[in-house]
Amino acid sequence: MAKKVAFLQGNEAAAQGALYAGCTFFGGYPITPSTEVAEVLSIELPKIGGKFIQMEDEIGAMASVIGASLTGAKVLTATSGPGLSLKQELIGYACIAETPVVIVNVMRGGPSTGMPTGPSQSDVMCAKWGTHGDHPAICLVPASVQELFEETVRAFNLAEKYRTPVMVMPDEIVAHMRERIVFPEPGEMEVINRTAPSVSPAEYKPYDTKFGDVPPLAAFGTDYRFHVTGLNKAEDGFPTTKAALVQAEEERQVRKVEANVDDIVTFEEYELADAEVVVVAYGSTSRSARFAVNEARKQGIKAGLFRIKTFWPFPDKQIAAIAGKAKAIITPEMNLGMCTQEVQRCAQGKASVSGIFRVDGEPINPGQILEKIKEVK
Amino acid sequence: MSQRYEIRFSGAGGQGLILAGVIMAEAASIYDGKQAVQSQSYGPEARGGASKSEVIISDTLIDYPKATVVDALLALTQEAADKYSHDLKEGGVLLIDSDLVKKVPAGKFKTVAFPIINTAKNEVGREIVANIVALGAMVALTEVVTKEGAEKAVLARVPEAFVELNKKAFQMGYEKAIAARA
Repeated sequence: MAKKVAFLQGNEAAAQGALYAGCTFFGGYPITPSTEVAEVLSIELPKIGGKFIQMEDEIGAMASVIGASLTGAKVLTATSGPGLSLKQELIGYACIAETPVVIVNVMRGGPSTGMPTGPSQSDVMCAKWGTHGDHPAICLVPASVQELFEETVRAFNLAEKYRTPVMVMPDEIVAHMRERIVFPEPGEMEVINRTAPSVSPAEYKPYDTKFGDVPPLAAFGTDYRFHVTGLNKAEDGFPTTKAALVQAEEERQVRKVEANVDDIVTFEEYELADAEVVVVAYGSTSRSARFAVNEARKQGIKAGLFRIKTFWPFPDKQIAAIAGKAKAIITPEMNLGMCTQEVQRCAQGKASVSGIFRVDGEPINPGQILEKIKEVK
Repeated sequence: MSQRYEIRFSGAGGQGLILAGVIMAEAASIYDGKQAVQSQSYGPEARGGASKSEVIISDTLIDYPKATVVDALLALTQEAADKYSHDLKEGGVLLIDSDLVKKVPAGKFKTVAFPIINTAKNEVGREIVANIVALGAMVALTEVVTKEGAEKAVLARVPEAFVELNKKAFQMGYEKAIAARA
């Protein structure tokens, strides 16, 4: 049978990806340019017995998904810009309480209300450092409608596998553009569910490291009773200030992601084998970069593209390897240098790093990147 | 066709131009088996303000989703004609509403003009289908999607009760554009 094909908007694809992954709860507060995610799920979730709740604000929305996730549901919220700022305290709560949640954040101009309908990539640092304290961070930056579907499925998988919040962050262009999408059949893409406890309710501890860095998570409301708090906690879930326990717990939480970067980090290499100038780009900007790289190749310039698909954890190793081989790196992005600083950190001066920054609500066009390739070659 | 064909539908917010672009892209992508990307840019206003919807059609993978050099431009308001005609390519085609765009942008492109909104209002019978009249005209002028594919794409988007109205709007736009081009 022919596969189901549709011409979809990015945000619609994110909603469909969530459904494919088994999402049964959405709690949100509509905000441009992410609203279509909520719109689609408000129609589709009730059809499958799921729940859609429009909360009083973004803070309540974030709280609702944490609560729903603890009952065993796979959960999603979607927001943008100021909404992401409002969610930050509770994103930290989800980190420390080790609750799987997926957040779609469509990047628009900022700070504050900024430019609600304009594209941006200026939330990538907020995805890692927006909430205070040391904590794990996973952030995916898709570049097409098909990929927004697939990365939303992967976000659910990572959230469930590592018991942690995962962010999917398309820029406004990827979220609002429409492209052809081929839906995978059920079972074609891997769908991961959290590990359920293998011990009896009496023996169960919600943060039992005997089972490794990612302890099994029971569903609230069943026979398994446990305590959840934003305080540093012991294995039984109750607060503790014991230095050794707190140190070990904090380190374990970060280690869940840091020790598994090879499982989490994804990227695409294009024309890199002999590249002297490498463009490092993500989201819609990477599409401009590919256009520019093709043009540069036509003009005899050895240019290549490293496309970041997973922004956090950052592809440190891969960027370091590129810096060891290429002469120059170019980092176009719709912010004033957020990825550029990370690339500089990884490159350690071994290759020159030149940014192209745009925060005027217009995309970085291929011509701008081509010009820079010629300048640094 | 060449590697990339770029179309821009422009006018004021609320005129249905984003939908016109979506239907054009669906015709190419779903019915004609080509690659297509549709994107848009609009202000925070729900109605009014310059609005544009861009469609890239190609036989191969489309990387940059926005227009670079526009092959065909529709402008339904003077503001849109002034704002969005600067990157229309030499030899390209500009379609304007002759009632609303009095100051025709200068350039080395072919301009086709007819009263698009008036056609919808008085000849088709409903102003609301002006975007479909414009779409029919753009399909005729660009020849980048098949007429059959475009018609199927229009009808797939329309509720049963409005099928005839939209068919008529599409056909009238198609014919008027051919007549105006000659």
